[in-house]
Amino acid sequence: MIVTKKTLKKKGNLSQLMIPLIAFGLLIIFNLIRDPGFFSIETKLNNAGNTVLAGNLISIINGASELAILAMGMTLVTAACGGQDISVGAAAAIAGSVFVKVIRGASMVTGGTVILAFLACCVVAMLFGSFNGMLVSVFRIQPMIATLILYTCGRSIAYWINGGATPTIDGSITGAIGSFIPGVPIPTPVIIVVVMIILFSLAFRFTTLGLYTQTVGINQNAARLNGINTTLIKLLSFVILGICVSVAGCIGVCRLQLINHETLLIDIEMDTILAVAIGGNSLGGGKFKISGSILGAYVIQMLTTTLYAMKVSSTDVKAYKAIVIILLVVIGSPVVKRWFTKVMANIRGASIRRLGVKEGN
Amino acid sequence: MPNETVLTMRGISKQFPGVKALNNVDFTLRKGEIHALMGENGAGKSTLIKVLTGVYGKDAGVIWIDGSEGEAHIHSPQDAQNIGIATVYQEITLCPNLTVAENMYIGRGNGLLVKQKDYEKKAGELLANLNIPARPKQQLASCSLAVQQMVAIARAVDMNCKVLILDEPTSSLDDKEVQMLFTLMRDLKSRGVGIIFVTHFLEQVYEVSDRITVLRNGELVGEYVVEDLPQVQLVAKMMGKDLDELNSMSEFSQKAAVSDEVTYKAEHLSSEASKPFDFQIHKGEVNGFTGLLGSGRSESVRAIFGADRVTGGKVKVNGKDVHITKPYEAMKNGIGYLPEDRKRDGIIADLSVRENIILALQVMKGFFKPLSRADMEKFADEYIKALSIKTASKDTPVGSLSGGNQQKVILARWLLTHPDYLILDEPTRGIDVGTKLEIQKLVLKLAEENVSVTFISSEIEEMLRTCSRLIVMRDRNIVGELTGDQLTQKQVMKTIAGGEAS
Repeated sequence: MIVTKKTLKKKGNLSQLMIPLIAFGLLIIFNLIRDPGFFSIETKLNNAGNTVLAGNLISIINGASELAILAMGMTLVTAACGGQDISVGAAAAIAGSVFVKVIRGASMVTGGTVILAFLACCVVAMLFGSFNGMLVSVFRIQPMIATLILYTCGRSIAYWINGGATPTIDGSITGAIGSFIPGVPIPTPVIIVVVMIILFSLAFRFTTLGLYTQTVGINQNAARLNGINTTLIKLLSFVILGICVSVAGCIGVCRLQLINHETLLIDIEMDTILAVAIGGNSLGGGKFKISGSILGAYVIQMLTTTLYAMKVSSTDVKAYKAIVIILLVVIGSPVVKRWFTKVMANIRGASIRRLGVKEGN
Repeated sequence: MPNETVLTMRGISKQFPGVKALNNVDFTLRKGEIHALMGENGAGKSTLIKVLTGVYGKDAGVIWIDGSEGEAHIHSPQDAQNIGIATVYQEITLCPNLTVAENMYIGRGNGLLVKQKDYEKKAGELLANLNIPARPKQQLASCSLAVQQMVAIARAVDMNCKVLILDEPTSSLDDKEVQMLFTLMRDLKSRGVGIIFVTHFLEQVYEVSDRITVLRNGELVGEYVVEDLPQVQLVAKMMGKDLDELNSMSEFSQKAAVSDEVTYKAEHLSSEASKPFDFQIHKGEVNGFTGLLGSGRSESVRAIFGADRVTGGKVKVNGKDVHITKPYEAMKNGIGYLPEDRKRDGIIADLSVRENIILALQVMKGFFKPLSRADMEKFADEYIKALSIKTASKDTPVGSLSGGNQQKVILARWLLTHPDYLILDEPTRGIDVGTKLEIQKLVLKLAEENVSVTFISSEIEEMLRTCSRLIVMRDRNIVGELTGDQLTQKQVMKTIAGGEAS
């Protein structure tokens, strides 16, 4: 969060981020009116005996971690390919299963085991990412159709990895990844998000990933004629999304300390795409702002938390969410934007005219 | 053949914002003739066709068509179809996943019930009648492009068309397929259909046409019987130059001395889009590829840059054997290419002027070596100033600039890579006169700095002014190479037209 805000200020171009920021502001105001203490942060002792931060705000920021990480990768895929990967939830289930499998295979869970397990699940997720990427970049299949394959079979593959059971893992290390590191009051997933944001910033800073991705997304012909390997860039976006998928999958597994291949990060693909859209990124590809997508992820999570806080039953939440999302998307649509600019221009024009008349008199 | 007219257009005018696309144009089509409609880009051919087919409304003028009482009122493509005007476009506008028969009768049934059997029978008869090698039940996509085109024509014929418009029907066909199409055209002609044939291929015009109408800059140049108009005259009329006038035109170009060093040399280079050709360019030389549109001039330079898939040939850059199969390899060998279609192949519309300028240089530096922000700003500032690019700031999206300034941005992009060999395909198209002159001057200046430049333009004067050697292409073959005293408009046109090149 903190990093996001900093990048916002630095870029100085806020027009694309208007919608998520306004949505954010409205949600905050609404919650403050409803319950002035909604965002209060308190410290308390958790089960493990650590002093940790707690409160609605913390649970929003914590709860959105997987979504925010996936949204970062999804933004790249969207920008480069002009389409979305709908298999991220299923791929995360596979990644999580691999993670659990490796950890359960070890006789003792040490730091090394966890790192090894994470690396293994990274490799697997990147392989599945490159499968998707290959279909899109080499075979030119529409991203949504290409990723429909993994969307359909991904959870079955996850099922096979651990032989159909929902095995649990235990160990203080995975526990700490899912909740708190002893002595650190901030939830670990939030720290992981910050690390991912830093990694992405470094990638954009020290490679031309951003420029190439946008160029390919905006004008593939021109990109090719300027020597960019368009196939590779599209493939790369899917591989990077694969890394995000494995990180999100591991966080999801560590939170529960078990893998349920049917429910792990279920339906998250749609929220991820939504986060990208709310962030003001065109789903048709081209120019993008990762900061927008991250903000979008937190908007979605805040919306969900707000609805739960209002005692909306979990079956109804989706319907209410949909209403808010319709509003956000329509407000952000080019038609409304154009209309808004016209109205603003008229108002300005009218006032100038009025001034002009006065001066004329 | 009786000489009765089937279509008469008189005084047709059409105004677009800022352009007079058609000005008082007359056109007459007789029964059973093939009438070629000729003109360079922007001459008004397609506007005339679109007025006739109801895509555009006309501002002034009248259209009579045989069989209709009084003036014909064409307000939509449907109207045009109803009075017997059928069009077959360059791109096939049928449904590839339906059968041949379905394609011939789609959208023409009166009721909801489709009599599949009847249609297939009727289609079969018609196809046999016209000698079209396709079966009614065959899926259209399984036919060759030529046959698809013929099916489109069969569909038109079956609708009892009196006027058949063929818009660039041969541009994607090979020689054999073209002959098949011509046979069909002659057959239809003998049945009394009037055919309007739009094409860029001169030889094809002389092969099948009876008459030629030439347009230029939206005005009628004239209507001629093919036998009375030699190819040279036709080219001159299309380009708007009287041969006598050409003779008296003086040359005023001062070309830099060319060194002996060969920058680029290709033998039998060919790509998916171009036939094999030989070509070389010296250090500090400015040469040009000329020819009418569709002659293969752009395809040839695209092959040099690796823009289309290269299929064969040997290439030497600065005396060394190199392998150029994709743009990146060409760039690494010091070749730059400004594409013909600025919008499609050149600009990255949503990105800023700055990013557009540094793009090629950045790609050459590599993925892991991004230019620093300060360098980018410096380069952008430098070239915005050097080429006097008019932009609000260097962060303005390039898509919001005027055409001429967009072109300068792409030019800046390639100049920044400091190429040894720069290919400019139509760098001056659609931009104002002042900018055109600036670009010509820039080309000559580059040559002085020992850069080799290939300059392609539709305007011959421009090429004569800048190039010391012209390669002339016709129908995708190199048909001549002109240097020194041969560099006159007259000679260029003679060579383009295929006259004796002496």
